[in-house]
Amino acid sequence: MSYVTKSPWVIHYDGSSCNGCDIEVLACLTPMYDVERFGIINTGNPKHADVFLVTGSVNEQNKAVVKQIYEQMPDPKVVVAVGICANNGGIFKECYNILGGVDTVIPVDVYVPGCAARPEAIIDGVVKGLGVLQEKRNAMASGTAAAIPEPEPAANTEKEEA
Amino acid sequence: MDTIFFLILFPLVVAFVLLVVKADAARDIIVKVAAIVIAAGSIYLAVQYFQNGGQYFDFSNEYVNYVMMVIEACLAVYIIITGIRHKKYLASVFAAIQTPLLIWFELTEGHHLEVVNNLYVDRLTMIMALIIGIVGSLITVYALGYMKDFQHHHAGEKDRRPWFFFVMFLFLAAMFGLVTSNNLIWMYFFWEITSLSSFFLIGYTKTEEATNNAFRALIMNLLGGLGFAVGILILGFVYQTLELSTMIAYATMYPGIMAIPAAFLAFAGITKAAQMPFNSWLLGAMVAPTPTSALLHSSTMVKAGVFLIIKLAPCLGMGNFAGLMVMTVGGVTFLLASFAAISQSNAKKVLAYSTIANLGLIVTCGGIGTAGAVWAGIMLIIFHAITKSLLFLCVGTAEHNIGSRDIEDMDGLFGRMPRLAAFMMIGIAGMFLAPFGMLISKWASMTAFIDSGNLILVGIICFGSAATAFYWTKWLGKMSAIVAGTENIQQNVHKEEWFVQGTLVVLTIAACLAFPIVSSHMLVPYLEGVFGGISAMALSSSNMIIMCVMVAVVLLLILFFFGKSNKKIVPIYMAGANEGDNLTFHASMDKPMAMSLRNWHMESYFGEKKMNIIGGVITAAVIIIGLGLMIGSLVTILTGGAA
Amino acid sequence: MIKILIFIVAYLVLAPLVGGLLAGFDRRISARMQGRVGPPLLQPFYDVLKLREKEDITVNRVQDFYVGCFFLFVLVTGGIFFAGGDLLLVIFTLTLASVFLIVAAFSSNSPYAQIGAERELLQMMAYEPMVLLTAVGFYVVEGSFDIRHIVTDSTMDLLPLIGIFLGYIFILTLKFRKSPFDLSMSHHAHQELVKGLTTEFSGKTLSLIEIAHWYENVFLLGFVFLFFANGTVWGAVIGVVVCLLAYFLEVFIDNSFARMKWQVAINSAWIVALVLGMINLFIVAMV
Repeated sequence: MSYVTKSPWVIHYDGSSCNGCDIEVLACLTPMYDVERFGIINTGNPKHADVFLVTGSVNEQNKAVVKQIYEQMPDPKVVVAVGICANNGGIFKECYNILGGVDTVIPVDVYVPGCAARPEAIIDGVVKGLGVLQEKRNAMASGTAAAIPEPEPAANTEKEEA
Repeated sequence: MDTIFFLILFPLVVAFVLLVVKADAARDIIVKVAAIVIAAGSIYLAVQYFQNGGQYFDFSNEYVNYVMMVIEACLAVYIIITGIRHKKYLASVFAAIQTPLLIWFELTEGHHLEVVNNLYVDRLTMIMALIIGIVGSLITVYALGYMKDFQHHHAGEKDRRPWFFFVMFLFLAAMFGLVTSNNLIWMYFFWEITSLSSFFLIGYTKTEEATNNAFRALIMNLLGGLGFAVGILILGFVYQTLELSTMIAYATMYPGIMAIPAAFLAFAGITKAAQMPFNSWLLGAMVAPTPTSALLHSSTMVKAGVFLIIKLAPCLGMGNFAGLMVMTVGGVTFLLASFAAISQSNAKKVLAYSTIANLGLIVTCGGIGTAGAVWAGIMLIIFHAITKSLLFLCVGTAEHNIGSRDIEDMDGLFGRMPRLAAFMMIGIAGMFLAPFGMLISKWASMTAFIDSGNLILVGIICFGSAATAFYWTKWLGKMSAIVAGTENIQQNVHKEEWFVQGTLVVLTIAACLAFPIVSSHMLVPYLEGVFGGISAMALSSSNMIIMCVMVAVVLLLILFFFGKSNKKIVPIYMAGANEGDNLTFHASMDKPMAMSLRNWHMESYFGEKKMNIIGGVITAAVIIIGLGLMIGSLVTILTGGAA
Repeated sequence: MIKILIFIVAYLVLAPLVGGLLAGFDRRISARMQGRVGPPLLQPFYDVLKLREKEDITVNRVQDFYVGCFFLFVLVTGGIFFAGGDLLLVIFTLTLASVFLIVAAFSSNSPYAQIGAERELLQMMAYEPMVLLTAVGFYVVEGSFDIRHIVTDSTMDLLPLIGIFLGYIFILTLKFRKSPFDLSMSHHAHQELVKGLTTEFSGKTLSLIEIAHWYENVFLLGFVFLFFANGTVWGAVIGVVVCLLAYFLEVFIDNSFARMKWQVAINSAWIVALVLGMINLFIVAMV
């Protein structure tokens, strides 16, 4: 039995988000949603983190930073792209300096769409990520390379409401 | 007794030989051989008198007294003339007062006082002789390599190394004399020679700063010498003796009776041990070449001051004003010098302040004057002499190889000079960390302070040790930092320097492991002789064993596990902007920017100037009140007709 | 002798369990104070177990050595404490352990870790006088630094040492690294220094630090216990209850204050040591 799913520590990075999704990420920590129930802690230090939450699209300025933070996280680790901009660039997609979604720089495990992504969706995304984390951990333990699972969209509560 | 003569005269002969020898190779050999002989001599002295615990020698020779007197007069004339030439009239005035005073005394009153035992050896002397003989001669060997570099760095200037080594060895001879003299006039003679040696060595570079600092040291030490002379005069006229042993025996039998001369002698000790308000000379002395700082200003000469105070401990104590004066000065100095060390980044100044602070602690122990306190004081002397000279020599080597003595410039020393960094880390750990030397004595002194009932001193040691831990740890951290991209440059270090530092490292560790034996075979018998026994040991034997085991454990761990990690090495975290080399980060305008880390000095809290002013005022007031009271009671005794 | 060994073994086995549970309570109580549900009680254990499953990475080859020494000497400190050893020896060994942790952080030469280390050092300087005065207080009242003597002696030291007790409770906030004095590293989500002291530690190394802190917390509370121990069962019960209350108080303080500047930390800690500690000592010595 592995403990990676019982204590997912999160690092949150804001690419070029409009701050909408960032506010929602932080909302998850509030008493209303209280993600600490699942042992989730917002660490801010890649070396302690298991889950990389990226909001906003990746641009020329920060692609190296996103990449480095990802590299500095010890395995096993998952990346959750939060919000439509992080998924594929969103409304900024055509801007001159935007590369697109997070997956243009690092492998993404879970996509959480929405503009902004709702806290429920984010939590759902992280919990989905835990499954991936467990798989990666198992792969690590058995010594084989982690099978890259097919990325699947998280619950699409957002769009239905809209 | 012959061993004593040998230890005094042999370095003297070597000194004169070195004065005429100009060739490097010849000097190398002479100094090395002499160092071995002196070290062997001091060990022989200790072995010779180890069984019977030492003895007094009723050697007396009229001519020796006259020769000393003539030399003293010559030195006084020399000081007066140089003082006038450099417009340092205070030095001339002090010399002009004390030497004639003492010569007059010797020719009149002192002439009738028969001194039975001029020389002696006891266990404390043995310890001091071992420190002087081993640590002192190691430093002279180190100086060989160091002075070559020094001359190299000051190319074009006249090579005055023969003079340098002459003074070094002269000084060793004087120190041996100082710790074996029972006749206070003899002791005074050696005392003045150490002052003068220090003057010569501080002013060695002949720059304006060096000359000024040399004179400051001379003036303060001459002021102390004046105190010494007054102490001798009072002792001679009022108490009709000139012997240290008699003085201490009286004090043990009739407590408090010797407080008056003891106060003046302790005052001399306070100046020599660079206690506040006289600490500025020791800081100024840091302009001298590093072996000087190591030899004179950390491990030996300043120890003469505390040696005298430790010797006088039975005359001091909580019960009289001399004792109160000494312990207050020492305590205040310990606290404020520890604070001031935090604000310094110059390695030599940190070491200087730490030296002053530790001497302060020893002085306090002497002032308290109980067996437990003296035990702690002597332990401090031993550990401090070894560890501090190691640190000074390491800083000297670092300075010559990285071109700076600033701790902030020692970034990445662990990569650049791994062995030196390791030595320094051992030295630093030895200065404040359990289970190493200094902490053992600090522990014992803390217990002694509580037992003495002086709670202010207890508070002082609590706050002082907190500050001590702060400045040492931040230096230790700087040493341990592993900076990427550093190149090993330590192959340029002279092998003498490695040898000496290595030996001192071994001694530091050996002292930690052997201290229970030193305690039971040297200190306890000594204290029994002086105080009639030590009531309760501060450190129970089980604690001593725990400490020794801990030393061993730390060493074994380092031996087996240090640097043996085989984990994957990753770059450090720099907010995701690490350029990959751990030294630069990706800054604005798309440019790389170098990262640099600096230590914390808390200037606004522990500024050097503030500490010196506060300390200077308090200690000066205490000394003035203390000596004033002594003069007052002296007048009462004299007019009352009771001697 | 056997009794001592039992105590040491009990400490080595039970302290991490107790310390981890206390940390779990801390997080739950904090959550409740903030109107949240909070994590499971065993969350600290999950965290540590998870850290042990992570990839092994480090920034240099010596860091793990220092952290290992930190861990070892925290254990030794607690061992001496619960074996009834010398109170001063306990304090000095704890200082040694703390220095190892600080040096480990320094050795990384990382900006965040180094600033954290310097702040940790400041905290050490701030609390050290009061800790030493606590030991001195026991010595003055009991006539011994021997912990076994202090525990079995029939006097309850709280009343004569009430000032020192309050002072010790004050610096406990610094020792536990709780707000408002969580300068060097924080358990909360404020990230001004990333994770300060522990920034460069990860995986097993970090888990070791976490466990060491549990050990440390247990014997820091052991100091509180000493004020009440008088050799009777009642003394022991009161002692344990007060330890728990003290821990609760620290959690409460943690949640009631924002982080303060370092000047406040050192000023307040030293003033407390001077006023409460020293005056208490003087009064005890006079009576």
